[in-house]
Amino acid sequence: MAEKKNCDANSPKGNNCTHHSEERRTFLKQSSAMMALALTPPTVLKAADLDEKVAEKFEKVPVTLEINGVKQKLSVEPRVTVLDLLREQLNLTGTKKGCDYGQCGACTVHIDGTRVNSCLTFAVMQDGKKITTIEGLAAGEELHPMQEAFIKHDGFQCGYCTPGQIMSAVACIREGHANSEAEIREYMSGNICRCGAYPNIVNAILEVKNGGQKV
Amino acid sequence: MGDPLNRVEGLLKVTGGAKYAAEYNLPDETHGVLVTSTITKGRIKSINTKAAENAPGVLAVITHENAPDVPGYNASVDNEGSRVYGQQFRLFFDDKIYHNYQPVALAIADTFARADYAASLVEVEYEEESHVTDIRDDLSKAIKPEHHNDYSRGQAGAYKAAPVIIEQEYQTPIQVHNPMEPHVTTAVWESEDKVTVYNKTQATKISHKEIAKSFDLKEENVRAHSPFVGGAFGSSSRVWPQEMAAIMGAKVTGRPVQVMLKRDQVFNMVGYRPRSVQKFCIGSTADGTLTGITHNAYGTTSQYEQFTERLLDPTKSMYSCPNLDTTYRLVQLDMSTPCWTRGPGETSGSFPLESAVDELAYALGMDPLALRLKNYAEKDPENNKPWSSKYLNECYERGAERFGWNKRNPEPRSMRDGDWLVGMGMASGIYKAVRDRAMARAKLFPDGSLLVQSAVADTGPGSATIFTQIAADVMGTDMEKTRFEWGDSTLPYAPGQFGSHTTASVGSAVYDVCTALKQRLQQLASAAVQQAGPEDLVFGNGHIRLKQSSVSLRYTDILKQHNLPELEVIKESDSNPSMNNYSGKSFCANFVEVRVHSSTGEVRVNRVISVVDAGKIMNHKTAQSQVYGSVVWGIGIALMEEGIIDHRFGRHINNDLAKYHVPVSADVPAIEVILIDKEDPVLDPMGAKGMGEIPLIGFTAAVANAVYHATGKRIRELPITPDKLI
Repeated sequence: MAEKKNCDANSPKGNNCTHHSEERRTFLKQSSAMMALALTPPTVLKAADLDEKVAEKFEKVPVTLEINGVKQKLSVEPRVTVLDLLREQLNLTGTKKGCDYGQCGACTVHIDGTRVNSCLTFAVMQDGKKITTIEGLAAGEELHPMQEAFIKHDGFQCGYCTPGQIMSAVACIREGHANSEAEIREYMSGNICRCGAYPNIVNAILEVKNGGQKV
Repeated sequence: MGDPLNRVEGLLKVTGGAKYAAEYNLPDETHGVLVTSTITKGRIKSINTKAAENAPGVLAVITHENAPDVPGYNASVDNEGSRVYGQQFRLFFDDKIYHNYQPVALAIADTFARADYAASLVEVEYEEESHVTDIRDDLSKAIKPEHHNDYSRGQAGAYKAAPVIIEQEYQTPIQVHNPMEPHVTTAVWESEDKVTVYNKTQATKISHKEIAKSFDLKEENVRAHSPFVGGAFGSSSRVWPQEMAAIMGAKVTGRPVQVMLKRDQVFNMVGYRPRSVQKFCIGSTADGTLTGITHNAYGTTSQYEQFTERLLDPTKSMYSCPNLDTTYRLVQLDMSTPCWTRGPGETSGSFPLESAVDELAYALGMDPLALRLKNYAEKDPENNKPWSSKYLNECYERGAERFGWNKRNPEPRSMRDGDWLVGMGMASGIYKAVRDRAMARAKLFPDGSLLVQSAVADTGPGSATIFTQIAADVMGTDMEKTRFEWGDSTLPYAPGQFGSHTTASVGSAVYDVCTALKQRLQQLASAAVQQAGPEDLVFGNGHIRLKQSSVSLRYTDILKQHNLPELEVIKESDSNPSMNNYSGKSFCANFVEVRVHSSTGEVRVNRVISVVDAGKIMNHKTAQSQVYGSVVWGIGIALMEEGIIDHRFGRHINNDLAKYHVPVSADVPAIEVILIDKEDPVLDPMGAKGMGEIPLIGFTAAVANAVYHATGKRIRELPITPDKLI
């Protein structure tokens, strides 16, 4: 890493970086492009006109999120959804992409305790918020009661919708929407399971609800 | 075997630890987004990728003008060995457009958002030709498929002479598999001639073989890795554009490329259940004895391949009927090629059969179940072979009793609950029970643990769990000490996980390899054990024990004694030759209660009893889940699922999960599953038959029959949406 740093366009002169002059050119180009950008009305701007590196600096926005109990300072493009941030940038791939249009529930996470389709919200909109994903549900080695119940009742087959189902199921109980089978079915209908594990999912939720464990 | 054990991969699936094809986050991984055709037929006049190439983070834009050479695309078509007749779709091969949503470019960038944006900048100009996407446009132009022979027995058209006749046309819709995980592949070239694909596939060996062929690579230089597949239902049984795109993209960029289809793209690129139009005619004597059936079925296919499915199979074998004639024709449409979809063919073909039998029962004034029993087939009428096992009568009996069938007033519109009309219907199902060649490797280690491996996929049925159970059972090892490894093409050969033959095929290989491993242990054991016959030996708790003796040897001691770091056996297992003398089928009977709102026509499935003869059950928990899956699919096809195309444009108008309705939790009632659980003595050593598709066969007719009973309206075109009932 140290060597790479020496090749940075901003590194002091006199280092042994072989790409020095080239990097310097890039820097100058960036500086002038930045200046030009600053002077151009946004409506005239086309991404294609931008140099990639300029764009990177220009497009990313700092965001602070508390994810699964850990505060993270991140730099993200405003167009990046919470879902893509989790999966691509943070390697939290437990949250699934099923439709990317907020229609299937596979990407359900908790944001400040509320269940949210993470594909429908931009990361920059959640600055300062607490996000819990399936990876953060268990207390260390000890599974969350809902995870236990899903295993016991076979609440999944392929497993792809499962993290979303479990996050939704936990929220369903917390919201007070798990008082009967019918109510659970209604309030879990935002999470599609194409394998058809619904009866088992309902049983898992009922067991956790009736077991009275803290969720 | 049989115990309702939890899934072996359950922990990974509930913690987010299970890695699917898009989730390896390889070093330097990039994202590819496909640009798809907005016309249905014609050619690309020009394609401008400049803006996309200059967009931030973009590494390459691939089109037919600059795509890397795919040697297999130039090879001549081998219709003898192929599963689908015709020329497979060739990605970025030329300027021709065969269907809407055909991929025309791939934009690759360092992040998904950037690739997605770049894809939006690709400008394509088309030269459009007129197209046909409606099966109803001209049925007379339908062709006889090359890979199909019309089946008949007795006299053709014999139903016409019968005293009681039903002659009707039935239609089933386009159904799109819509697995929750969109089709996705991550490809990485490990060297110039070696590629690894993290793939969504039901068949790692097919994937690996076809990719090797396409790119002219040695088979050992292609690895398909797919331990977790987010649902497939038939749609991942071929190599599709996203696989080819990812591999090409990785070649061009020199970096790993992930290509995940968008939800709208899966509707017309990676298969679907084709629409069918079926004329079904059935005749019987006044006492309900069937005298003749004529079944003429039309399916659809693309312009470049002939996709055929088993629409007529249930009709051939379900009922004893001396005269039967069938035809199957394909209408070639300007659409992508359809693909096997859960219960392929049988699901669509059983709808007219089981509806018409119900109609005939009403015409005869006979109970629909009694009519079915009257024409019960004691052997397979298709070939006069005895069944390897058949407990359909028990399915009828137990289902009817549990459901309360005898309390049903047969009169339509006779049952009501407030604003809701109540109806009861039933149907039977039949589905092939077959077994194919498969291999497994077993390794016993000095700590007493057992590892069994096979290339088979587990897309959700629970195959990995039952193979672990079979291995533990045969070897006499604890479940905790038994591990099954699957989902990688470098493991011993397994057929694709489709056609309900995985348990019989791979399960037998697991059974056989563990049996062979026991024999190896016996050979390595003490003289007394070596000389004992199989009937004198007990394998259990990690020991070989001699009956009527105190001699008991630990597996681990045998290994230690011979200084063996492990004991390995590989075994190939093929179908039982005596199956040639039998007809192997799974059976089911579904009993359904519906409620139909008297003013809105809304149909709710209220109660389901599904009784299944799938041989010996390997795991009651996962087997029950398989039945739930089929029932949920049946509700979907019967009541809501339909890929709707605006034929003016040849384009789906409901290609997302908000407009294409699949059943959600609120649509699914209590489902009661009864498993007959009696072994099939011929098919395989476990006595198991297939489970994944049988409960779906006939299910849609059970719903339609219940709707008729509730309303007096016979709906012959699925799905049964409210507009058809008002």
